[in-house]
Amino acid sequence: MSDSVLRMHWQKKAKQRSTSDYIFNLVVFSFSVVILLAVVYPIYFIIIASFSDPYAVSGGDVWLCPVGFTLDGYKELLNHSSIWRGYWNTILYTVVGTFIGLAVNIPAAYALSRKDLFGRNAIMLAFIFTMFFNGGLIPTFLTIRDFNLYNTFWVMVLPFSVSVYNIIVARTFFSNSISSALWDAARIDGCGNLRYFFKIVLPLSKAVISVIGLWIAVGQWNSYFNALIYLKDAKRYPLQIILRDILIINNVQGALGTGEAARIALRLANLMRYSIIIVSTLPIMIFYPFVQKYFNHGVMIGAVKG
Amino acid sequence: MKTSYQNPAAKNIRQNWGLYLLLLPSVILLICFAYKPMYGVIIAFKDYKSASGIIGSPWADPWYKYFLRFFKSFQFKTTITNTPLINIYSLTVNFPLPIIMALIINQMHAGKFKRVFQTITYMPHFISTVVMVGLIRIFLSPGIGFMGNICNLLGIEAPNLMGEASAFKSIYVWSDAWQHTGWDSIIYIAALSNIDIYLYEAATIDGASKLQKLRYIDIPMLIPTASILLIMRVGNLMSLGFEKVYLMQNDLNLSASEVIATYVYKIGINGAQYSYSAAINMFNTIINFILLITVNQITKKISENSLW
Repeated sequence: MSDSVLRMHWQKKAKQRSTSDYIFNLVVFSFSVVILLAVVYPIYFIIIASFSDPYAVSGGDVWLCPVGFTLDGYKELLNHSSIWRGYWNTILYTVVGTFIGLAVNIPAAYALSRKDLFGRNAIMLAFIFTMFFNGGLIPTFLTIRDFNLYNTFWVMVLPFSVSVYNIIVARTFFSNSISSALWDAARIDGCGNLRYFFKIVLPLSKAVISVIGLWIAVGQWNSYFNALIYLKDAKRYPLQIILRDILIINNVQGALGTGEAARIALRLANLMRYSIIIVSTLPIMIFYPFVQKYFNHGVMIGAVKG
Repeated sequence: MKTSYQNPAAKNIRQNWGLYLLLLPSVILLICFAYKPMYGVIIAFKDYKSASGIIGSPWADPWYKYFLRFFKSFQFKTTITNTPLINIYSLTVNFPLPIIMALIINQMHAGKFKRVFQTITYMPHFISTVVMVGLIRIFLSPGIGFMGNICNLLGIEAPNLMGEASAFKSIYVWSDAWQHTGWDSIIYIAALSNIDIYLYEAATIDGASKLQKLRYIDIPMLIPTASILLIMRVGNLMSLGFEKVYLMQNDLNLSASEVIATYVYKIGINGAQYSYSAAINMFNTIINFILLITVNQITKKISENSLW
């Protein structure tokens, strides 16, 4: 083949490639726009519906912006003391639970990341074993009862605070990011394990602490199962149990009765379902962007192959 | 010195006592709340009575009495088929979708759109199960829901999907897809970001189109991660999270929505039949364990990827 023929061949091929790439980009772009809309619209709809006249919502008039703007749904929330008690309980469970969760899991993860820890593999195996095996609902329930934790504040924050998954993630971070030479140097300077962990390791581990802290906090905030099984008193109920009554069982105070008063109550109850979704989910959505930047940094890769 | 011929293990433990102190809280909690209940599993073979405790309760006669009762029970067939059916349906949808999502995100240039896209698609993952099921009900309710409005526009009568057993599995699986696809794609995005950039450059010089690069570079790079996640999912075929199914259940869809986890809950917590409930749960755990080992063994044979 002569030079010019070869050049023509390449030009032709580059042209084909650019057309195919153009179509490819177009397909990818349209896909991503469709996905984005499919995710955003339901969330957006709940937001605008919470500010709209409930008749307009049920009548199908609300599509792109609020119709008959009103704050009645939010005002109605103020009348339900159970919601605010649940909210307060959830805040307590989340703050205390996250603190305990970090205090339990992060030190364990660090200890297990140290290769010179005698019995490391055996201990790790005993931890991982609990990921695949557990006593099941009833034996666990009986254990909680034996420890007198049933229907207490502590059952929500203490017994299930060990998360082997989180330990594996943090351990991977410690083994990859904290050089063992650092420990050797500190030890020669007479630094003990505990001081080294608190003064040197922890300050270097903000990324992993933030991510795991967020996971624990979100888990606590959204937790519903433990409250369903282990709590009896309504005054200890977290927000999610109250939400279940309102959103799923439709058990709204004041929605009973007949006539005009009942009609108004029903209208408010419907509206309140939108506003309570917003109010209960907002705290997570506010915190989430601060931690999101760490997600792609591969903090969780190690967790796949434990 | 007295300690001079102490073995190295004891010396190591003495030197690293601080590390054991760091481990202590989690070890105590696991012993009390993970290992102690495992011992409690023996009530599956006993006639448990609260007053006599686990040890004092008499052995069941025959020992497999409660297992037999489950096999013969009316719910046996329902729960034992619903659990894997929902999981297999979920697997066919929610296993490939995050991979596709990661491939799409990987095609985007770093910039504002990509960042916004990721932030928004991860977000539903943080919605609680209760709120999620609440959302499903709001959107599917024929009276006030989004579904109802669309049906009105089209001039057809809105079906009550939450009350139809045949729709349960689809609602369960596709709402999961909406909620978790973005989040589940992170792991694949991380794998894709590890691909050497020279691989793409070499492919460009060889005249590969974007589609070809996707086909011959990106997808093969995802296979190890994908196989491990697949093993874990298949290993969990017989277990299904309790929360979402329980919240979506109602009397009308029970024939499609009763799974082992919800049945264990109803028998155990609502019905207080502790031994029977523990037996059902134990049966389920054993099946899961056999599944996990089998799947791991098979994948080990046909590829190099396995859990252990």
